[in-house]
Amino acid sequence: MIQAKIVLFSFLLGIGTTLWAQKTPMVLIKGGTYVPLYGTADKKPVAITAFEIDVFPVTNAQYLAFLKKYPEYSRSKIKGIFADKSYLSHWQSDFDYGKNNLSNAPVTNVSWFAAKKYCECQGKRLPAMDEWEYVAMADEKRIDARSKEAFNKYIMSWYEKPKTYANPIGQTFKNYWGVYDMHGLVWEWTADFNSIFLSGESRKDRDTDKNLFCGSGSVNATDLMNYAAFMRYAFRGSLKARYTTRNLGFRCAKDKVAFVKTFQNLR
Amino acid sequence: MKPKLNLKKQSIRIAVAIAMAFGLFSCAKKEDKDAQYYQDIKVEGQKEAELTAPPLVPKPVGDRAAMKLIVNMEIKEQEGEMADGVKYTYWTFGGSVPGSFIRTRVGDEVEFHLKNHPDNKMPHNIDLHAVTGPGGGATSSLVAPGHEKVFNFKTINPGLYVYHCATAPVGMHIANGMYGLILVEPEGGLPPVDKEYYVMQGDFYTKGSYGEQGKQPFDMNKAIKEQADYVVFNGKVGAVTGDKAITAKVGETVRIYMGNGGPNLVSSFHVIGEIFDKVHIEGGDVINKNVQTTLIPAGGSAIVEFKVDVPGTFILVDHSIFRAFNKGALGMLKVEGDENKKVYSGTTQEGIYLPEGGTIQNMPKENGTAKSVVAKTVAEQIKSGRELYGRTCFACHQSEGQGVPNAFPPLAKSDFLNANPNRAISAVLHGLSGEITVNGKKFNNVMTSQNLTDEEVADVLTYVYNSWGNNKTVVTPAKVKAIRAKPAPKVTAEH
Repeated sequence: MIQAKIVLFSFLLGIGTTLWAQKTPMVLIKGGTYVPLYGTADKKPVAITAFEIDVFPVTNAQYLAFLKKYPEYSRSKIKGIFADKSYLSHWQSDFDYGKNNLSNAPVTNVSWFAAKKYCECQGKRLPAMDEWEYVAMADEKRIDARSKEAFNKYIMSWYEKPKTYANPIGQTFKNYWGVYDMHGLVWEWTADFNSIFLSGESRKDRDTDKNLFCGSGSVNATDLMNYAAFMRYAFRGSLKARYTTRNLGFRCAKDKVAFVKTFQNLR
Repeated sequence: MKPKLNLKKQSIRIAVAIAMAFGLFSCAKKEDKDAQYYQDIKVEGQKEAELTAPPLVPKPVGDRAAMKLIVNMEIKEQEGEMADGVKYTYWTFGGSVPGSFIRTRVGDEVEFHLKNHPDNKMPHNIDLHAVTGPGGGATSSLVAPGHEKVFNFKTINPGLYVYHCATAPVGMHIANGMYGLILVEPEGGLPPVDKEYYVMQGDFYTKGSYGEQGKQPFDMNKAIKEQADYVVFNGKVGAVTGDKAITAKVGETVRIYMGNGGPNLVSSFHVIGEIFDKVHIEGGDVINKNVQTTLIPAGGSAIVEFKVDVPGTFILVDHSIFRAFNKGALGMLKVEGDENKKVYSGTTQEGIYLPEGGTIQNMPKENGTAKSVVAKTVAEQIKSGRELYGRTCFACHQSEGQGVPNAFPPLAKSDFLNANPNRAISAVLHGLSGEITVNGKKFNNVMTSQNLTDEEVADVLTYVYNSWGNNKTVVTPAKVKAIRAKPAPKVTAEH
């Protein structure tokens, strides 16, 4: 309940401070720790400080509104170093996502630079990879569902569903935090997407990271779990910041606002 | 330039001297052109490589010089059919499983363009076993959807090599069909033959068991346990059977570039009714002759050659034989031409074998007749029929009567069966061969006659008719007896 109040509160505040019509609601993610797939250098779980994250990925309509305000990020204007040729290539034109794309489908074919800029213009930022993974390990009922077989099967099954990028946001399950579409819709950019270095030769990577792997305590994770997460890391490893792909969108996050903390302390 | 040449000559001289000293290579072996030699070979000209989907292969290199080859390989994640009514999402090199066949010559310089289709979800890469270098190219080729990676390599060892995707999780990428073959022909090319084909085995792991209808997702648990639901040639059940069988004419020499993508299982490759005249063991230089079954490792290959001497249908199998009859590892080579009775006569005589001698005319059937004194209820008939089915019919017609596509017709919901019980009885008693059409699919195979009592035939058919959506006909022993009394019909069944 408290959480819902916070959401509502920050949501109202959000509306107060901006005139964006289709503002994405955010939820608070409480701090905690988790052990990522690749473990950590100091063999301790990663600490996540509380932050807020968009409930949905950014949509075509929202991105269009952004472009109208910042036309230098439109398809024909964006600089080559910030996005490759497929940037928004599925759109009709610079300021029209066309009839074939739903207004509430996630925007994809967006580079990391563009995604970062979008979030900054909302007073937000891209989530860190650890933050993203932390939120993504929750299913409907628990914070960490990674050892649950059905959860992993659900994630894996997305890999076999074609053209999910055309689906509207908010159709997948609502997770423990109240966040949608972490799995089953599109891949998502994170701020430090390539901080886990994958050479592209996964067998070699597995070798060199062996120590991380064994020391991390994530050995207890099931093989299924490893495979589902492996694919996200492999995907991120294949990217460069100017790349855009049809199955890759993003959502924004931001640091927990100070007054929320006060609010919480009062409780 | 000159001193270098001299040096080379000198080193050759030294090499020859050493060779003579050791008395090696005395048997007129061709001068040893090794990887070092091919590394230094110059290329002439450039062209885009011809790529083919299985079972076809590109044109032989012949005696062309080494050249620069541009390979454009597109990766597509796409839905296909594993078997009739079974859908599966394949990940493919070039849109087929196995992926496009690449044909090169030793000394070629390959410029490899790996393109990941924008609609794909996964990053991919390629490890070509023909590449000498880290990851066989995998380290240089990790490519995001909607992007392209280019890398170069020189083929310095002739042979038939597997290529595959090596992106995490490697096993899953291979299990979804990401493998194929690249041939590096020796200088002057392989000896010409009449027919060349490309066949590759692979094992697949699906949520549902063999034949379970609908969309079947990949099952990681089964893959880890190596419990394959499908073991197939060229990516699906029946990819090399029926209309899609490979063909040859009597007298022709057939060469099959045979690969095994795995991910797990090793193939015992065999062609029923043929003996491989030559096998390039594991796709390398060594040739073995007169081979019945050749072992093909996962991630390995073999080149097999044989002259076809008689007409007929020759079945390609993995001789780990349950894979052939229960999991799909079955292909066909159809050979047309004139009979050669000297090599194979066909059946010359058909008679009854009586070990007891001519005076005793009864086959040992006492058990069956004794039991039939008491008439069974339909339920009893079905019960004993089920047991009989498990012993006698199951191997071909399968546990749920689903049959094996293109090989053994289904008994489940079978129009052929339901249309005519007498014909079914006759088939069990006398066998059935020749082309028949069952549920719209053509089958051309042989069912042998079954040595069963009237009662057993009645029971097993009653079981079949009362299972899997058939029309619940009850077959009585009396009916079987009546049909047994009639002369056997001429083999081919009308429909």
